[in-house]
Amino acid sequence: MRINRLAAATALVSVLTLTATACGGGSTSGGGDNSSPKTLTYWASNQGTSLENDKQVLEPELRKFEAQTGIKVKLEVVPWSDLLNRILAATASGQGPDVLNIGNTWSASLQATGALLPFDDATFGKIGGKDRFLPATIASAGAAGKAPAAVPLYSMAYGLYYNKKLFDAAGISKPPATWEELVADGQKLTKDGKYGLAIEGGNVSENVHHAFALGKQHGADWFDAAGKPVFDTPEAVATVKQYVDFIAKDKIAAPGNAEYAANQSVTDFASGKAAMLMWQAAGASLKSHGMNPDDYAVAPIPLPAGASGSKAVTSMVAGINLAVFKNSKNTDGALQFVKFMTSNEEQIQLNKTYGSIPPVKDAQADTAFATPELKMLSNVLATGAAPLPQVANESQFETLVGTAVKNLLAAAAAGKPVTEDSVKAELTKAQQQMPAS
Amino acid sequence: MTRRRLGLPYLLLLPALALELLIHLVPMVVGMVMSFKQLTQFYIRDWSTAPWSGLDNYRVSVDFSAPIGQSLLNSFWVTCLFTALAVGFSWLLGTAAAVFLQESFRGRGLLRTLFLIPYALPVYAAVITWSFMFQRDTGLVNHLLVDQLYLFDEKPFWLIGDNSFTALVVVAVWKTWPFAFLTLMAGLQNIPRELYEAAAMDGAGVWQQLRKITLPSLRPVNQVLVLVLFLWTFNDFNTPYVLFGKSAPEQADLISIHIYQSSFVTWNFGAGSAMSVLLLLFLLLVTAIYLFFTSRRRDADA
Repeated sequence: MRINRLAAATALVSVLTLTATACGGGSTSGGGDNSSPKTLTYWASNQGTSLENDKQVLEPELRKFEAQTGIKVKLEVVPWSDLLNRILAATASGQGPDVLNIGNTWSASLQATGALLPFDDATFGKIGGKDRFLPATIASAGAAGKAPAAVPLYSMAYGLYYNKKLFDAAGISKPPATWEELVADGQKLTKDGKYGLAIEGGNVSENVHHAFALGKQHGADWFDAAGKPVFDTPEAVATVKQYVDFIAKDKIAAPGNAEYAANQSVTDFASGKAAMLMWQAAGASLKSHGMNPDDYAVAPIPLPAGASGSKAVTSMVAGINLAVFKNSKNTDGALQFVKFMTSNEEQIQLNKTYGSIPPVKDAQADTAFATPELKMLSNVLATGAAPLPQVANESQFETLVGTAVKNLLAAAAAGKPVTEDSVKAELTKAQQQMPAS
Repeated sequence: MTRRRLGLPYLLLLPALALELLIHLVPMVVGMVMSFKQLTQFYIRDWSTAPWSGLDNYRVSVDFSAPIGQSLLNSFWVTCLFTALAVGFSWLLGTAAAVFLQESFRGRGLLRTLFLIPYALPVYAAVITWSFMFQRDTGLVNHLLVDQLYLFDEKPFWLIGDNSFTALVVVAVWKTWPFAFLTLMAGLQNIPRELYEAAAMDGAGVWQQLRKITLPSLRPVNQVLVLVLFLWTFNDFNTPYVLFGKSAPEQADLISIHIYQSSFVTWNFGAGSAMSVLLLLFLLLVTAIYLFFTSRRRDADA
């Protein structure tokens, strides 16, 4: 009898505890909540050489913010491989950080979920105004005609890094300005186990970034005016084929590059195994690999001969945006934090440390960004860069087209022929997997 | 008094049952509901507002003439072949090692421990090491095969292209066989030594002893072991994910990775759930058929 009662009580208690905890994860209301004004949670992306390095860079700044406002910021640095999944989980559960970094290409996709606080003019007013930012960087913070889902934090652009010593040794006096020159130079530089160009072929994002900028030059837009995917147009096929041909036909990139996905191409460039590299703000990582800054220089990514106007695009607008989670329990504090992070002082400090370019115009004028590399890249950002398609299905585009290019590079590296037909087939397959919308 | 006793076992099971409901059944039911919804990024914030889509997610998943269905089917066959090979080799290696280590000899304890290492290592650490070893230009595997043994003229790729399937099977077998070994070693302890002694008296050789005594005595163990290995291997997510990252090559596109791609990477959670439900149904069916036949045969034997 006693045992029975005990058992029943135990069972009851365990059931009650369980249901109670299960209900604890319920929904929270929409934006504008300020019920916990003294703390913030901030998810930072991995910008430094390691997660630990990021913490060392950011912690002193967060303490400065705490001294100014009395708000304590709990920092978590999330690796890139997890960041999007973590954001999706936070969106689905309503339990997330207050402020977070997002890759700027995700802006429109995440905007569509409605999880991020829209930066309308009133909200921008609270952080010092929209006009402080470079227009191209605002254009990559959300779909056109909608209030941006985030504000730009760190900006970057692609440039062509080339090894001056190897160029001299091969008798090449200046960096290539057209693709014909790049291939010709690349073939001169490809000898004795060294290659003209290093590409990060196993990295889906790198592939799609190049496919985008090259596509602009070919007139391939990937999405039509109505936002429908158009991946297998003749222009898109020519774009992807040109990129895959670096391994397949021109043979200026090592076949092994097809499986690179952990920045081995940067290592190859730094160690002189490859003479050219198309990368965004590589200076800091080249330095950490021990490459002497005098040994390389940066030029704009080549263009087709005679390209002008909307086809003269050499880079995507690359960068990191800062967003506020709509479910934040401290929206005012979160906006204060955004204002702090985009202040001139913090912009100069952080972008200098990470080797990126401040999207804030006044901060960009600082002498720290007057190195030849960063001056060149800021010029690209101001005049030759276009934002990736700001449509809701952008992240699917990145995955599907990036994977198609990866598969084609793998085929090329294995010595299989890459033809217009095989490229078109891969791209058609990618397009058909896009969700109907 | 007797009636009260009858109630007690159920009462004692209640906490376990409640946990089971919460941890397993509720998410499963939620997943099933999701599979009937058009759950894309526009609705994940409050997915109860996602429109019902009836059987659309299922229709798209099994439309084998369209790319989504085609790639799912391809992934299914790849997974079947992968499972057959990985389970087969793991079982074979496990059985062989367990039988050989029955004899006591110097160093047996050391070997037993050594064999269990892959099972004791954290999956991520172990598989990431394999992925370094499989790198084409700098990996240990190519260094051994090409630079030391001269088996290939040119360094093959292991992480992309056709060979990625081989790489995946090798890692899966390496990771799985110690469990087979451990289970069978335990099973072998239960076979009475007298049986072997009697057989030896009757002039049975080692091979005959293995076929007539060891394997039949291990049948109940094997019945469970093979089923568990099958389910684990068929559902394996960690190995391909750590080895290949988010976009596995088509030749090694296992079903769990494929479903992950279809839901998390392309943000279409409804379609991903529909594929998961189909996978669940398939595994239930295979398990039921397997248990039906293996149990019946055992009854017939007995």
